[in-house]
Amino acid sequence: MDLLTLFVAAILVNNFVLYYFLGICPFLGVSKKIDAAFSMGMAVTFVMTLTAVASWMINHWILIPFGLDYLQIVSFILVIASLVQLVEMFIRKMSPPLYQALGIYLPLITTNCAIMGLALLAALKNYDFIKTVVFGVGSGLGFTLAIVLMSGIREQLDLADVPEPLKGAGIALIVAGIMALAFSGFSGMIK
Amino acid sequence: MPPKKSIGAEYLKGLWNENPVFRQLLGMCPTLAVTNAVINGIAMGLATAFVLILSSLVVSSIKKLIPSQVRIATYIVIIASFVTIADRFLAAFFPPISKALGPYVPLIVVNCIILGRQEAFSSRNSIGRSLIDALGMSTGFILALLLLSSIRELLGSGSFLGHQLLGSWFKPWTIMILPAGAFITLGVLLGIALLIESKTKARSV
Repeated sequence: MDLLTLFVAAILVNNFVLYYFLGICPFLGVSKKIDAAFSMGMAVTFVMTLTAVASWMINHWILIPFGLDYLQIVSFILVIASLVQLVEMFIRKMSPPLYQALGIYLPLITTNCAIMGLALLAALKNYDFIKTVVFGVGSGLGFTLAIVLMSGIREQLDLADVPEPLKGAGIALIVAGIMALAFSGFSGMIK
Repeated sequence: MPPKKSIGAEYLKGLWNENPVFRQLLGMCPTLAVTNAVINGIAMGLATAFVLILSSLVVSSIKKLIPSQVRIATYIVIIASFVTIADRFLAAFFPPISKALGPYVPLIVVNCIILGRQEAFSSRNSIGRSLIDALGMSTGFILALLLLSSIRELLGSGSFLGHQLLGSWFKPWTIMILPAGAFITLGVLLGIALLIESKTKARSV
């Protein structure tokens, strides 16, 4: 698979939220306002790219040469947790405005299964370094696209007459289902 | 701290009042991802139960030793160890299931149900109580997975646990085993759960 196909596939076809079901918690939790959703998406894309790099290095330079594959789960989660912490401290120091925009979303990202899923999927599919990075950026943008679209729809839903029991998460999931259906139309793009 | 509940109530709250999937909206990713067939749902439920029960046991027994600044990191390492055991076990003894679940077994480590119970319950309750709580939450999670996967497998392939139930007259709803079916089914089930809740509340008042 060439890099461009991989990139487009990660955004549209194998969308993290709508195809792999990863990152559902922020997808439902932070999708009430478009600008918050966009900040969350950007924070996730940023951390995903860094995680792709870091997890690839850990996996190929430490775990595989020493036959420690079974430590993948423990080491990936620790790398992600410390990476998020580091990024948070770095942004707070270097760029207070960016910290204002992303700050509250960063700690939430540690428990975002999309990040862990990215590290695991890239390891599972045996991508080389370049592919891992492209996959990381594409998946992050795919997540951003899904969460921004979702928040746009939900802003409209506020005005709609939704049946009482479906208000909140219920209708959000049904909307997500329809979006997944629409996105599955892209699956013809990769053979 | 809220008043102590009886052991029975502590267990039963996980089934309905505080059901992790339908009431707390936790652990949505595995719930949606692996429920295209009943067998996957059961395997996922049991693996999560194993990790949740043992992590609760360990966290509640060493809670006094964990400094509160690093408690989350400690919980995650404990959980990750048990997830590794579950992952290796499935890969060794049930390779087809392990293959079908793919990255979702390792992803139990970021399942918010497990971390949530450690933070909200095991870290401030006795070992026995934490065990009962973990058992209740696990049962609630397994029931939710079972319900969702039964609906999806029955409508999506006309079968249950791989046995063909519906005859050749039945045209499978392919959408039910696709991602879209997972979202819509869970959305409708959440609506039904809230409807039942509001009806029973109206009656008791």
